[in-house]
Amino acid sequence: MSKQFDFTVVDKIIEQNGHNPRAIISILQEIQEHYHYIPREVFPRIAEKLGVSEAKAYSVATFYENFSLEPKGKYVIKVCDGTACHVRNSIPILERLRSELGLSASKKTTDDLNFTVETVSCLGACGLAPVITVNDVVHPAMTPDKASELIKTLREELELANT
Amino acid sequence: MQILKTRAELDSYREAAMSALEAQKRKLLVCAGTGCVAGGSLKIYERLSELMKEKGLPYSVELQLEAHDETVGLKRCGCHGFCEMGPLVRVEPQGWLYTKVKIEDCEEIIDKTIIGGEFVERLAYRKNGQIYPRQEDVPFYKKQTRVVLEHCGHIDAESITEYIAVGGYSALEKALFDMTGDEIVAEIKASGLRGRGGAGFPAGIKWETVRKLQADQKYILCNGDEGDPGAFMDRSIMEGDPHRVIEGMLIAGVATGATEGYIYVRAEYPMAVNRLKNAINQAKEIGLLGKNILGSGFDFEIHINRGAGAFVCGEETALISSIEGERGFPRVRPPLTVERGLFGKPTVPNNVETYANVAQIINRGAAWFSSYGSPNNTGTKAFALTGNIENTGLIEVPMGTTLREIIYDIGGGCRGGAEFKAVQIGGPSGGCLTKEHLDLPLDFDSLKNVGAIIGSGGLVVMDEHTCMVEVARFFMNFTQNESCGKCVPCREGTKRMLEILERIVAGKGEESDIDTLSELADMIISTALCGLGKTAPNPVRSTLQYFRDEYVAHVNGVCPTGRCKSLIKITINPELCRGCSKCSRVCPVGAISGKIKEPFVIDQSKCIKCEACVNSCPFHAIKEG
Repeated sequence: MSKQFDFTVVDKIIEQNGHNPRAIISILQEIQEHYHYIPREVFPRIAEKLGVSEAKAYSVATFYENFSLEPKGKYVIKVCDGTACHVRNSIPILERLRSELGLSASKKTTDDLNFTVETVSCLGACGLAPVITVNDVVHPAMTPDKASELIKTLREELELANT
Repeated sequence: MQILKTRAELDSYREAAMSALEAQKRKLLVCAGTGCVAGGSLKIYERLSELMKEKGLPYSVELQLEAHDETVGLKRCGCHGFCEMGPLVRVEPQGWLYTKVKIEDCEEIIDKTIIGGEFVERLAYRKNGQIYPRQEDVPFYKKQTRVVLEHCGHIDAESITEYIAVGGYSALEKALFDMTGDEIVAEIKASGLRGRGGAGFPAGIKWETVRKLQADQKYILCNGDEGDPGAFMDRSIMEGDPHRVIEGMLIAGVATGATEGYIYVRAEYPMAVNRLKNAINQAKEIGLLGKNILGSGFDFEIHINRGAGAFVCGEETALISSIEGERGFPRVRPPLTVERGLFGKPTVPNNVETYANVAQIINRGAAWFSSYGSPNNTGTKAFALTGNIENTGLIEVPMGTTLREIIYDIGGGCRGGAEFKAVQIGGPSGGCLTKEHLDLPLDFDSLKNVGAIIGSGGLVVMDEHTCMVEVARFFMNFTQNESCGKCVPCREGTKRMLEILERIVAGKGEESDIDTLSELADMIISTALCGLGKTAPNPVRSTLQYFRDEYVAHVNGVCPTGRCKSLIKITINPELCRGCSKCSRVCPVGAISGKIKEPFVIDQSKCIKCEACVNSCPFHAIKEG
């Protein structure tokens, strides 16, 4: 697999960060921004180019919550479960989304790679609680029923895109 | 943009900017804070711009030095604070506030207000039948004192010219040319400014220590990793008045001899990162960052680091590890950060709000600053008011304001008139305050006495329907997830505490669990390595202190608020039930049975408490409790 992996993007990102091992977090962030996750193939490359061990690169990537080593869905839905959303009942929304999509706390992405559902600790939009985001667009004052509606709309969008 | 090479050049630039701003009599200030943007405020901004173009009105989106008085200023500004009523648009010179503005309202705003100079009454804030046209008269704002947030919502958040026009960078000027480093440190010390990030350590003492140390490099570190759920003060400052943070850091650099600064911002705050980047670029272009600033010989640079989603990085030693490209692990102190901080060099670690106070202290003096609050707790504090409260938003009050004033006068009481039960202050590291604390002055010292902390300033209001045991579980779940795993007490201890709490809310708790919880809490507090671990048990401790009866009730099989699903029982009232069978048809697990036209019953062993039946019953015969 690694033979086919094209390192152009990764190399460019490392280059722009001056091959600086201190910039490893920014490098990983930029790689993730490009691929929407961090492909495992990149670790040996990062290690080699930055002069750090592969274990070190991997340890940083797995320590921080934002890095994902698994591909994510086309629609990444984040349910805010910060305190303000929590006390305004965000959990029933999360449960509804998961049951609509057949996901769970351990299975976050649908097999067809269309949807990812995850929680986030606070989006800071507490005035609009409870909120969810779909690919970073905020949907305010959600309810479980609105969540079901939203999934329906997104599925229709997908179908339209496929036809 | 011109490069300012001397103090005189900055002064004349300011004069030009001031008269341009004064000439701009009519202004529409659209809130572009995260909350209002989520509500669509940027689209409103675009629509207003389109309409002015269509109607041939002269307007400017950026302050131009050669503006003339016919121009209408259309600005995207920082958080106005009244997020509940957003999107917000402020109208100047009248000081009117339009609330919950929609795209469809834009035309009326332009026609009536901008062209006609009239007030659009239907967009006003109203309460108890009264209409409040002016922002300053709205009860939410009336009791506030805005020092740190003074520019948020009043100036264009993306324009350095406008910041300079309202007196920005004049404190830097003073620090560079009229004061010695010792005098700056003395002023900050005399002001009594304490760190706004949580622990409340006097900022002046940190600065003094770093100033005295000899080193080839020193750093100014700005902690913008505001991770407490339900807190967004620092985000609003970074988004709404980024230059003020930069100016504070610059002054800290002048005072301590540091020439490089780092701002560490949470990954969840993309807008704050962009506004800061934009502000840094502007400051560089105009010559207020870089080499030989204003010809003073002082050099200063600022870098931005984005977090990657680790709450523990709000702890300063963990934050430093993260900037250095490591996992965000905290380390044992001493050595203190001021002595051996970033890259092993002396470092001033303060948070965003602390730096945002600096320029005002230098400009107006320590005595002015300490006229707010009480002797050991000077100045003002920004709070994020959220949860079950009528007026959610960002507020700022003098230190020592009581909880009652905040919740009832500013916050408008609990949502839907529910009864106030408690407020969680200081996020997952803080504690709860109850009705008995309503008249407690909110400041560092009085909160410490009752087992809570100001923390960064998140205030989450909870009403009578909130289950305190579930809240404690929620916070423990949060800190458990965020425990970095370096030290055993936090890694293992919080896990055990969480397991016990989960057991209790699931109705499987035992009497002895409550004592085990207290014991574990004491152990973790006294042995954990860093601030995260040492404070993680606080929510459990304080809910145990004030709501022990709720824990006991759970252990005895009852959740007093009916929030804990495992503990509720759904029953059909046989007197109200008409036997229509609607409930048995919606029940997903077939737990309801009965004969038509006779009362139905729920088989409790099958019931999953989904409440589908409760909502379906046309006779309101099904109750949970």
